Amino acid sequence: MSEKFTRFFASRWGIVLAGAVIGALAPLLQKAGNPPNMGICVACFERDIAGALGLHRAAVVQYIRPEIIAFVLSATIAALLFREFKPRAGSAPIVRFVLGVFAMIGSLAFLGCPWRTLLRLAGGDLNAILGLTGLAVGVTIGVQFLKAGYNLGRSYKTYTAVGWIMPVIMIGLLLLRIFKPQFSEGGAIFFSEDGPGSMHAPLYISLGAGLVIGFLAQRTRFCTMGSIRDVVLMGDTHLISGLGALLVVAFIANLILRQVSFGFFGQPVAHSQHLWNFLGMVLAGLAFALAGGCPGRQLFLSGEGDGDAGVFVLGMIVGAGFAHNFALAGTPDSVANGTVGGISPYGMAAVILGLVVCLVIGLTMRDK
Amino acid sequence: MTKKVDARGFSCPQPVILTRRAIQAGEFPIEVLVETVTSRENVRRASEKFGCQVEVEEMGGEFTLTITK
Repeated sequence: MSEKFTRFFASRWGIVLAGAVIGALAPLLQKAGNPPNMGICVACFERDIAGALGLHRAAVVQYIRPEIIAFVLSATIAALLFREFKPRAGSAPIVRFVLGVFAMIGSLAFLGCPWRTLLRLAGGDLNAILGLTGLAVGVTIGVQFLKAGYNLGRSYKTYTAVGWIMPVIMIGLLLLRIFKPQFSEGGAIFFSEDGPGSMHAPLYISLGAGLVIGFLAQRTRFCTMGSIRDVVLMGDTHLISGLGALLVVAFIANLILRQVSFGFFGQPVAHSQHLWNFLGMVLAGLAFALAGGCPGRQLFLSGEGDGDAGVFVLGMIVGAGFAHNFALAGTPDSVANGTVGGISPYGMAAVILGLVVCLVIGLTMRDK
Repeated sequence: MTKKVDARGFSCPQPVILTRRAIQAGEFPIEVLVETVTSRENVRRASEKFGCQVEVEEMGGEFTLTITK
């Protein structure tokens, strides 16, 4: 029976189902309170968690996002149910940490992970075309490294407790979200009072949607980076059919919910500095490709016992701290002032630095 | 002579890349060793795309895929 389910989820219909469910739930989460064109954004939500913990002090993006917690825990449950929970670690964790940091810096230059890139497009934000193109270019560069023998080496089976570290961290975050302790006057835990961080669906809705998505994504191995990589590397359209389903269903859902508005300037939580939208996602796409998964996929892997994926996730959360503390993240367009947002010269330098670091990693870490 | 590919511990797409390389070399049968169900399904799908037959054997949480053409 379990094998039958596994084969279904591994099939084309399985992956299309996963994409469609994400595409339907994200606009609904937005309707229920999440920020515009940000029903789900793994990068933004990890950034909000970093803010809530005080790893950065950007007051408008601080919230412990239950969706992230639910993604990991649901992947753990699915992996346990289907006997796929396999504690493993040891494949160049420090490199994965660095890739996570720069993946976040690139994502925040654009203001979104690949999921949000699709959701922004499905909401009419045409800047997402630049982001999506950048993502494809970044992944394509990564594929050239893969073809030339790049890999981060083997991981090894390890103690069961290692596999539980990320799920337990998530349970800790859930407790912090529920009880909202304040550890010192004016200190963490921080929850935004305005801005995107203050916009969120009720706890149980966020958790519920996250659990459904986490389960489906763990079973189907849904991965946006993998979608593009598999097409470029071997003409395999399996994963990308899920990505297509996400985009189409999210667009239809947004039309029904009246959440579509086409344009470049003044899109919600977005800027229209085209070059850096593009380059930010080139960096993110390359970092994801070198690390073997998009931010969502890394969360699901970390839930099924992959300690290396967990290190990548922690790298992203720390990267969000850098991104906001050093003013590297994109600033949205201001409709009130009519000014185009974008990234600071520091942000531009960080994106270039990230690209250089990723190229060095890709060139130097390969089997001859 | 069976060609062996040990892809244990490699995350995707590495097992698929190694399998493809072996298939393209044209020596059958090929035995691919993987550890995760994800890798098993990916290697199976990639091999079937090449028109190969795949048999799977599980032992101690590891999978041996025997690929023939």
